[in-house]
Amino acid sequence: MFTSRARAAGIAAIFALATAACGAAPGTQQTTGASQGGVNAATATSAADFGGLDKLVEAAKKEGALHVIALPPDWANYGEIIEKFQAKYGIKIESETPDASSADEINAVKTRKGQDRAPDVLDLGQSFALSGAAEGLFAPYKVQTFDKIPEGQKEPTGLWVNDYGGYVSIGCDAKKITTCPASFQDLLKPEYKGKVAMNGNPTKAGSAFAGVYAAALANGGSFDDIQPGIDFFKKLKDTGNYNPVETTPATIEKGETQISIDWDYNNAAYAPQMAGKGIDWQVNIPSDGKYFQMYAQAINKDAPHPAAARLWQEYLYSAEGQNLFLKGFARPVLLPAMTADGTADQALADKLPKVEGEPTFPTTEQVDAAKAKLASGWDAAISG
Amino acid sequence: MSRPRSSGWLGALPLLTFFALVFGVPAVVLVAGAFTAEGRPSTANLALSLQGGYLTALLGSVKLSAVVALAGAVLGTFLAYAVVTSRSRLLREAVLTASGVLANFGGVPLAFFWIATLGNSGVVSGLVGLPSGSLYTFWGLAVVYLYFSVPLMVLAMAPALDGLRPQWREAAANSGATAWHYWRYVALPVLAPAMLGGVVLLFGSAFSAYATANAMVGTVVPLVTLKIAAALTGDVLIGYENIALALSLDMIVVAGLVMAIYLPLQRRTSRWLH
Repeated sequence: MFTSRARAAGIAAIFALATAACGAAPGTQQTTGASQGGVNAATATSAADFGGLDKLVEAAKKEGALHVIALPPDWANYGEIIEKFQAKYGIKIESETPDASSADEINAVKTRKGQDRAPDVLDLGQSFALSGAAEGLFAPYKVQTFDKIPEGQKEPTGLWVNDYGGYVSIGCDAKKITTCPASFQDLLKPEYKGKVAMNGNPTKAGSAFAGVYAAALANGGSFDDIQPGIDFFKKLKDTGNYNPVETTPATIEKGETQISIDWDYNNAAYAPQMAGKGIDWQVNIPSDGKYFQMYAQAINKDAPHPAAARLWQEYLYSAEGQNLFLKGFARPVLLPAMTADGTADQALADKLPKVEGEPTFPTTEQVDAAKAKLASGWDAAISG
Repeated sequence: MSRPRSSGWLGALPLLTFFALVFGVPAVVLVAGAFTAEGRPSTANLALSLQGGYLTALLGSVKLSAVVALAGAVLGTFLAYAVVTSRSRLLREAVLTASGVLANFGGVPLAFFWIATLGNSGVVSGLVGLPSGSLYTFWGLAVVYLYFSVPLMVLAMAPALDGLRPQWREAAANSGATAWHYWRYVALPVLAPAMLGGVVLLFGSAFSAYATANAMVGTVVPLVTLKIAAALTGDVLIGYENIALALSLDMIVVAGLVMAIYLPLQRRTSRWLH
């Protein structure tokens, strides 16, 4: 394992040279948004710094654009969120590389430092939020609802804040499968031969990694011990049930991935989409392995549109934004607070797959250890 | 009459500059990164890239590429010969056009094409009674790679086969040579450079392929390109970038070795052409 500093040096060096070599647009467009009514948007840490939300909206409108990356329109309802934000504030959102990964986002921040096509805001896996904050890539900012966000779901100064998340779930084509699996134990049954797929490779895709972690919890492992999860998938492969095809809407439609381990918001969002195609896609949270994880939002410290970036955050953590996540079957971080004060859309909340009990979270050290274990152990267990 | 030597150099300068920037700079950065661990010069990444799962992936890639290159070369040569010697002009043009298209058919669409045909619930697998999961293995992937490798070989071989003059065969026959003699001493030596080039081409395209394997067998067949992708981009691993660079360096070395074998052989066999 390398320290993040070493990585920063290596990667920064590559891309500093690479961008120089390509003759990419030099950083002439560093619009700091400074001196708009005496406020420097790039250093504002709350709407109050602008003189209230209205002034922030004004400053953001003046910038007129927001550059986002890695926001797939069919992921947690981002398509509609982007649309609504544009309509509400008249700010154009340039959405680039929707399917990029967290690592790609961090690379984009580093390599396009000072360029006007740098991403303004980031939607990151938890560990990338932590490492990015440690490398000083983010601007601290507290949204108006910051105090309502539970401890442990935010960096104290607002460098990153968790936003929405979900449980590892098992999606299943109920038209083709007589009894949908409701637990990891079920997945080993002979009737599911060649049918159990994941949304990618666990050493690469966050949801698949979470799937292995959840399987570990279901099989006597713990946050400290992911090995039983790896062993579980080895068993799944040995019984012939494991299907290495990466789940996509196309593979579900084709019937190639009739059972898919994925975030519950992905699986739940497939259901209405697939209903139109005659597929009854059902979602179960496995009874024996519950794993919940959230994604974090952060603002690029060198955001080319600093005011718009801050307004985007305000929007995502407003009741309107949080309910839009809920509409995409993701569980927004403010849901408990909003349920308490009545601003949550209860009809949408009722549609979420049911879960008993409260989620618990591994520490960063536990996740890092699990990843290292997975990186070295997965191939040995599964390949061949 | 003769101009000074140096002015000839100048004409190539833009090209050389371009090469230095586009190939040289990334190569230097790659090597520098591969030999840096925790901010200091180190061979730790390289050592790590040659053991455990990484070594398995590297060997897996070499094995897959070799199988695809050899099988593709043999099948492609036979197909090209059949087409070139057939009297039907229509067949010839149809096959060559199709080869041009199929040789460029890759990535996720290719994977999905095979999944829909021979996957667990594929259209054809039900008819032929293919056991579940058989497409998602090393050999399944090799067959999928042949789908674009064989056409590539046809394209590489067709011009060389056109170069075989009928008169040579007649001359050999007049001198009392059998078909075997003709192939052994005339045709194959003439074709050898093109075939060798084809094998190298096929090896290279299979060695560097990524998207198809990722969508189809991403978790069960270890390949070095998949390892690089997992280390370099993704939502899981942080701080493995320099190992990815070390793996890339390994790939360059493998490609270099293949070329090191190919070039002397090619020089030897192409003597007949002059």
